[in-house]
Amino acid sequence: MHDLLSKRLPMMLAFFAGMVIIVAFFSGHPTLTNFRSNMQVWVSIIGGFTLLLGVVSITSVNYRRVRKLEKDWPYKLILLISLVVSGGFGIFQGTEAGTVYDWLFQNMSAPMMSSMFAMLAFFIASAAYRAFRARTVEATILLVVAMIVMLGRVPIGQVIYHRLPEITEWIMNYPNLAVQRGIIIGAALGAASMSIRIILGIERTYMGR
Amino acid sequence: MKKLLRFFTPLFLHPAMLCASAGGASWFRTDRINSLILLIIFAAAVLIYIRLAKTGRPLFIRKLSGLDAMDDAVGRATEMGKPVLFIPGIQEVSEIQTIAGLSILGRVASYTAEYEAGLLVTVQYPVVMAAAQEIVKDAYVNAGKRELYNDSMVQYVAGSQFALAAAVNGIMTRIRPAANIFMGAFYAESLLLAETGNLTGAIQISGTANPEQLPFFIAACDFTLMGEELYAASAYLSGEPKLLGSLKGQDLLKIIIIILILAAIVYLMIDWKALFILKILETS
Repeated sequence: MHDLLSKRLPMMLAFFAGMVIIVAFFSGHPTLTNFRSNMQVWVSIIGGFTLLLGVVSITSVNYRRVRKLEKDWPYKLILLISLVVSGGFGIFQGTEAGTVYDWLFQNMSAPMMSSMFAMLAFFIASAAYRAFRARTVEATILLVVAMIVMLGRVPIGQVIYHRLPEITEWIMNYPNLAVQRGIIIGAALGAASMSIRIILGIERTYMGR
Repeated sequence: MKKLLRFFTPLFLHPAMLCASAGGASWFRTDRINSLILLIIFAAAVLIYIRLAKTGRPLFIRKLSGLDAMDDAVGRATEMGKPVLFIPGIQEVSEIQTIAGLSILGRVASYTAEYEAGLLVTVQYPVVMAAAQEIVKDAYVNAGKRELYNDSMVQYVAGSQFALAAAVNGIMTRIRPAANIFMGAFYAESLLLAETGNLTGAIQISGTANPEQLPFFIAACDFTLMGEELYAASAYLSGEPKLLGSLKGQDLLKIIIIILILAAIVYLMIDWKALFILKILETS
């Protein structure tokens, strides 16, 4: 019984779900396409229910640390208070414009997320400094090409040499795009191969086996 | 039986579908026949190579240094007494890259269980958390180290992209893991995570099939699995002939695609009209 529930049933479900998606892709019949759409709705519903699992996890991990007064416990306490306050207002008052939840989102969550995104510029600068150090022939080529592309994308590049934007476009549209497409084709085949392995039950490592 | 069917049918079928006449729509889309042919060739190639691998025929798979370094990364974590941080991407469990990431997590958890090193997995979706907990638990049980496992090894840290990046960056700077492993679908947060990990001095292994994020990972990580290598990882790490056989099948289709691309280039380079006129002139 345990073998059926933990091993065979997930494999059977994976096979069934995978085959439905494949067959529906090749069929234009509403019976199958709507069934596929319904399956996708089920996934969203299951995802919604499992949010509770996430709340339980985040609460238990952080509550334990606050209770034991572990290092950095005030941050954990702030997280728990934020979770209770925003979650409470969201559940009892709603999330529409003008509610407390909306105010918290617009004035606290959104600016904090924007700040994280803005920090990316500094991280790019430090990563670029390391990547562009001309230590090897390949790194030197990368440095030269990157300089051309960067200059070609700003007005001063055109002032330095009027054909720089054209050269930049050529680099982006031919060597760069060719490599990207190579990676995309390889990745697509890899994904398809993995999907076949999962549908046929050959690949079971995602179930911990 | 009819009553039972009447009861269950609305659960599976959309109301609009119930009204659709069976004769009104086609059961097969002829415009997608090319995809079907390719799918059949691909599936056949994969299955043939799996069958060959099962017979014991040796298959050559090129070395993937990023995956070979996993063992060293866990060893380093054991020596330093610091945990291994694993992130299976920031997408849902229905995303194939997340599944690939979870497959690799199983192997990493086996290593950490074997070496008795710490493991911390951070996720963005509760479903991924539940799946990752099962995978890590199974790995510890299989290694005979059930007592070392606890559910807080896999943590749901945030429900949005940049909140996750902030939480994980905080974990990296506070705990300073010995190794950071990023495997799955990553977007703008890739560099935020990898660069912070680099600054903390951790050994970093990454893998993604998103080509836009690869330059960031290459710049900030010690090893990077690019595109298809991410999907090949579970097969490579397991060493199972059945899984390795599917990689060879994939290679065969890649060769076919390369031949088709070259044939198309040659076809486009030839001026067929000129050739045709030339032929007429010759015959007259």
